[in-house]
Amino acid sequence: MSNRATIPIGPYHPLQEEPEFWKLIVEGEKVVDVDVRIGYNHRGIEKISEAKSFDQSIFIVERICGICSSSHPIACCEAIEDISGIEVPERARYIRTITQELERLHSHLLWLGLAGHFIGYNTVFMWAWKYREPICDIMETVTGNRQNYGMHKVGGVRRDIEREHVSYILTRMDEVLKQLDMLKGAVLDDPVLHARLKGVGVLTREAAVDYAALGPTARASGVDIDARRDHPYAAYGDVRFNVITQKEGDVFAKTVVRILEMFESASIIRQCLDSMREGPIDSNPKEIPPGEGIGVIEAPRGECFHYVKCDGTNSPVRHKIRAPTYMNFPTFRETVIGETVSDATIIMAAIDPCYCCTERMIVVDGDDKELLKAQDLIRLSQEKTARIKERFNRA
Amino acid sequence: MTADILIEKVHGRFGDRILKTEKRSAKRVYVDIYPKDIVDVTRFLFKDLGLRFNIASGVDDFDGLEILYHFSCDPSNFVVTVRALIKDKENPHIDTITTVTRAAWWIEREIHELFGVEFDGNRDLRPLLLPDDWPKGVYPLRKNFIVPKRDSRKT
Repeated sequence: MSNRATIPIGPYHPLQEEPEFWKLIVEGEKVVDVDVRIGYNHRGIEKISEAKSFDQSIFIVERICGICSSSHPIACCEAIEDISGIEVPERARYIRTITQELERLHSHLLWLGLAGHFIGYNTVFMWAWKYREPICDIMETVTGNRQNYGMHKVGGVRRDIEREHVSYILTRMDEVLKQLDMLKGAVLDDPVLHARLKGVGVLTREAAVDYAALGPTARASGVDIDARRDHPYAAYGDVRFNVITQKEGDVFAKTVVRILEMFESASIIRQCLDSMREGPIDSNPKEIPPGEGIGVIEAPRGECFHYVKCDGTNSPVRHKIRAPTYMNFPTFRETVIGETVSDATIIMAAIDPCYCCTERMIVVDGDDKELLKAQDLIRLSQEKTARIKERFNRA
Repeated sequence: MTADILIEKVHGRFGDRILKTEKRSAKRVYVDIYPKDIVDVTRFLFKDLGLRFNIASGVDDFDGLEILYHFSCDPSNFVVTVRALIKDKENPHIDTITTVTRAAWWIEREIHELFGVEFDGNRDLRPLLLPDDWPKGVYPLRKNFIVPKRDSRKT
């Protein structure tokens, strides 16, 4: 038809840092068809994992995504532990739960900030990212890194949460909770946001079930699923929390689900710290027998699924990884078509598409550029961790 | 519905079309079927029993290409894996399940390009992950695919 136009967006991603190509077919302002081309960031991790030992696989999957860098390793550990029924010590299960919930908090805040940014509401962006910092500080204090924590291993965790860290986490979490309260009020009661996000990009319950959508995307459409409750892993069987659902399925409902979920996460972290007992953190499994295992966990964006098949050697025969966005993404056909071009960005962003965002770093000091090598970066990071530790020891 | 009841129901519905069922643990059930029955089994699990489609995965095995369809039963905490072994590695075919659930749209494209499996009835088998100039007939997740060494002199 003559009045149809194609708007190519990408392969530089219109919303986030990762490459991806959108083809919007529009009639005037209205999107009538949409297609997407992905794969620009395909690194063949499933194939790489087949050549690595089980210990190394955990490190590889940790690098799938900079945001879900606790979810993939836990899912992978769960899958390998499922092969032969390896028991994980209680304390390690609690530590896994705590890192998972801290990750969910920082991931949801990150999304909230980006969502604000996409609709031109940069105040929300600044707030959310500022309030995300204490979470990253906690992560750095507890695990040594803001991202890519290197915490998890088959049969347990690598590092313990030390006693002095517990009070630090609790103090910082109180601080975060106050700010979350404020943010919740500011976002959910804002009439501008209601007008902008309500009724936009609706995913019906039937479509969510048919596309097997996951996580907040499904829960915002009234599909009551959550792997933490439905397939309890780590310590989720021992803590109480609510699964937040909404009926509307629009972008606003997805925002509500994520914001309310952050409070549940904070509550889970507190329960874990309260009821965590001293004990071993690693069961040191020696051999993985032949067999196949499945790990199912709830990442911030939805259920993360790992399938590992082993033939008795030290590396997997097959390692299938399904990140939640893989299932949530195709729902764009339901949500974008029929909407206007200006809404397309926030609708696509509403599923919280997950991309890894690793970039090389150059510190610019005045006019001079200084190139940092890996060792320098490690040194900088260690110095910063030491500073944080010193600060909270004094407090 | 527990895993045992599901196994009973699957046997009751399909009888000897089921090759084998195996309950590894209370949370994991494996069902082996002939590839030709995949659409009927999927329809039964997804539509009639209301399980959620998790994902499919291909495995390049000694005696053929195995496709595993994972389904979750969320209310009762178990995962069902339906296994279909395609013996003909040269020309592997299986029916598409996108007629039952659109959730299989991308994964069939992915298995098609990474393992070279034809999904009969799926008209959208364009490449999903690999570049446009990827050579035809080269399937990177097959075991006979050797990852080429990178030449550091080239950029």
